[in-house]
Amino acid sequence: MSTVNKYDAIVIGGGHNGLTAAAYLSRAGKKVLVLERRYILGGAAVTEEIYPGFKFSVCSYVVSLMKPNVMRELMLPKFGLELLPLESTFTPLDNDYLLRTADADQTYREIARHSRKDAETYMRFGPAMGQIGMAVRPILETVAPNAIRPSLSDMGAMKKLLDHFKSLSSEQFEYLTKLMTMSSADFLDEWFEFEPLKASMSASGIIGTFMGPRSPGSAYVMLHHYMGDIDGAFRAWGFQRGGTGAVSMAIARSAEHFGADIMTEASVEKVIVKNGRAVGVALENGDEYCSDIVISGLDPKLTFLKMVDESDLPSDFVTDIKNFRIRGSSGKVNLALDALPNFTCLPGDGHHLRGAISISPSYDHLERAYDDAKYGNFSQEPYMDIILPSVIDPDMAPPGKHVMSCFVQYAPYDIKGGWNDQKREAFGDVVINTIARYAPNIKDIILHRQVLTPADLESIFGLTEGNIFHGELSLQQLFTMRPAVKWADYTTPIKNYYQCGSGTHPGGGITGSPGEMAAKKILGIWS
Amino acid sequence: MSYNNPFTAETQLKLSPFFERTSKLNESQEWRRWSGYLSATQYELTHDNEYFAIRTKAALLDITPLYKYIIEGPDAQRFLDRLVTRNIKICKVGQVMYTPWCDEDGKQIDDGTVQRLSENKFRITSAEPNLEWLDTNAAGMELSVSDDSKTTASLALQGPNSRTILNIIASESLDSLKFFWMTDTHFGDIPVSISRTGYTGDLGYEIWMDPKDALDVWDLLLEKGKPYGITPTGLQALDIARIEAGLILLDIDYISTRHAIIESRKSSPYELGLGWAVKLKKKDFIGKKALAAEQARGPEWEFVGIEIEWNELENHYRKVGLPPRLPGTAWRTSTPLYKGNEQVGYATSGTWSPILKRYIALAHVKAEYAKENTQLDFELKVEHFRKLTPARIVKTPFFDPERKRSCPQ
Repeated sequence: MSTVNKYDAIVIGGGHNGLTAAAYLSRAGKKVLVLERRYILGGAAVTEEIYPGFKFSVCSYVVSLMKPNVMRELMLPKFGLELLPLESTFTPLDNDYLLRTADADQTYREIARHSRKDAETYMRFGPAMGQIGMAVRPILETVAPNAIRPSLSDMGAMKKLLDHFKSLSSEQFEYLTKLMTMSSADFLDEWFEFEPLKASMSASGIIGTFMGPRSPGSAYVMLHHYMGDIDGAFRAWGFQRGGTGAVSMAIARSAEHFGADIMTEASVEKVIVKNGRAVGVALENGDEYCSDIVISGLDPKLTFLKMVDESDLPSDFVTDIKNFRIRGSSGKVNLALDALPNFTCLPGDGHHLRGAISISPSYDHLERAYDDAKYGNFSQEPYMDIILPSVIDPDMAPPGKHVMSCFVQYAPYDIKGGWNDQKREAFGDVVINTIARYAPNIKDIILHRQVLTPADLESIFGLTEGNIFHGELSLQQLFTMRPAVKWADYTTPIKNYYQCGSGTHPGGGITGSPGEMAAKKILGIWS
Repeated sequence: MSYNNPFTAETQLKLSPFFERTSKLNESQEWRRWSGYLSATQYELTHDNEYFAIRTKAALLDITPLYKYIIEGPDAQRFLDRLVTRNIKICKVGQVMYTPWCDEDGKQIDDGTVQRLSENKFRITSAEPNLEWLDTNAAGMELSVSDDSKTTASLALQGPNSRTILNIIASESLDSLKFFWMTDTHFGDIPVSISRTGYTGDLGYEIWMDPKDALDVWDLLLEKGKPYGITPTGLQALDIARIEAGLILLDIDYISTRHAIIESRKSSPYELGLGWAVKLKKKDFIGKKALAAEQARGPEWEFVGIEIEWNELENHYRKVGLPPRLPGTAWRTSTPLYKGNEQVGYATSGTWSPILKRYIALAHVKAEYAKENTQLDFELKVEHFRKLTPARIVKTPFFDPERKRSCPQ
């Protein structure tokens, strides 16, 4: 059954970017097939009922930068995209807390409780970051030009970016340079003094990377996360009703609406390459599908080192991909709870449970957690970004019960002796103990615990080394370098083989952006 | 952070029977006036959660300030059928009809719902007082008109989880209660009427009760509704939802003919998108002649939904170095719409729709420009300067989920 199954495009991987690319290509009238290895769509943006009645956003748990034009063009609200606001960031401390809410005055008073200076600085910081966001956004929305052999459209793009940079204020330049080079700790030290505030803010600079808050380059990751706040009025940061899987399902329904075929439990073994051109794919079950082009939504390692033969690629490119840094640094613990956690520093139910709960009392806490990982151990007192999805969306758990999503860092992929069941449980215990330090009742209310190590993220979700961003968001792996120089515009050295995952520009997070821009690039080449 | 600041104040406004609860829950202490009542603008410091309760959970709103009248007697049906534009003869017991009513010139006085409580007993709700208009038109008929505004308290429970919550509390299941029907039931031993109606365009119900039971009903709903995300909700969130639902608001989207002063301020149901509710086949009703004539020649104005196009809006802001500024709440300032150099309409309410991710508004547009997809220019102020930005005429309701009308299988 080979030549019957002829498509214009085949997308490998039904993650949110693969689905986005498929939706855009279908929308343009192309015949598209999406092949997903698992039984369920979504890749890392997936909702699964791991424990009866409790829905977990198993991996990716919040929606940051979902592009407004993607939502509109793919009509995602019509197909189920519903983003609820995450209201606050709560940092519990041993005898106190820091709670930042959506209300500026309330947040001012709260920070002033700890540092009057920081409270005022905080009011300046948001707009300043917004300005930087404005400066960076055009870069994120430009297909990375091939700087070595630029095409006409590449030159157009470079000219546009150059003009954009010329229009930036000296202040924007200063901050941009600092954010691109500094550590998040150093950058924040220039602004703030209250340690828990700085640590909580710096935490977004380490998420998904193998860096500590004092590692140079971490400030950029912080900016990457801040992008979600820029379009504040449209609440780009949010929690998807039904979990992040519902974002993927909305995109999938949109793709199907435009005519795409989507198959699950269809594991691609190899891209079929003939005379240097991709002509289709072969599944593990022996089926073959032909197509004019093949697009991989997988990470660069799988896209180039597994899906095709090295012999089909230039050797320098293979070296680049092998050197591409994709070290996983985080794990995920999902809990089914019988009741709400009760924080000693702020007991009972309240607004503080409706947003992010950040276990980040100090730089030292985060940096020590990183130190453990540097030497091949998981953190003994990890950094955590916790949310209680059922507080925002009660349908996530049975009435009165709750689910808790804990993003945990650090858990290195290359742990001493390798990951095994025993280590996974020990890692889970450390997470629970760390939470229990602030909310002692946690141990009594756990109905079920799902612990995912980087090794699990790799084996279940196909994230190489368990890296949530398909490769670190460090400067040498961004824009024209993501995933490799000359091949950052979604093309690959193999003709008719394209890439559209988070390992391409502008990187990870539930943005739809790589999928969208890859599809638009491909449609440009096609026409 | 203290959530328990005691707060008491004097007011000359009326207090709803729910006020004892709502005043304590209102963390923002932001209130609006609604028909002389103190009515919560929002309960939390920002209204986002309340808005999303309407669309994704269950929002509880005190709608007691609505004007309500009971029409009872052998002529009640005949009377109402003559008064409003809908066909009340086909309104069955337990059915509810949304309807406008007009003066003899076919210009709209008000709009509301007519509930048929029994063969000869109806309740009509309105935005403004209508007792005098009802009384005047009841002359010579065998019926009584009584003001039910203070004798019935009401709550709206709106949102996808509203049915689940009511099914837990009510003595009978609401699974078979259809859109725009109502039923009498009990919450424990408290008698209540529940209508499947609302002002949000979502699955939702309105609960009608004796004011003496108000606090018990409120407490019961909050207690049983908690695991389903029940959220006390104010008018800020409601205003966004009703615009998404394409529902008009008296004094904002139109002016009652009774205090329009000048002719051009008056609107007919045809000009308010309510042509579907004018039943010209009915034998006779107030304003029929004028409405029939208007229908024959076609209305001069139409009431439409518009969407303000995103990319151009963003460009306007980008030019001044700002990210797009969007209204955080619904606005109610009349805003001009142009075709070329000519002003051909005006938007009367608008909002950023958090669920649709679109900037939408309701607008009066001259009939010849009111066709779907017609592109007009919307006046936008960017950094104090007036700009024109494209807007497109789109169908309303902007948001129309299937659950609004459907019943569980």
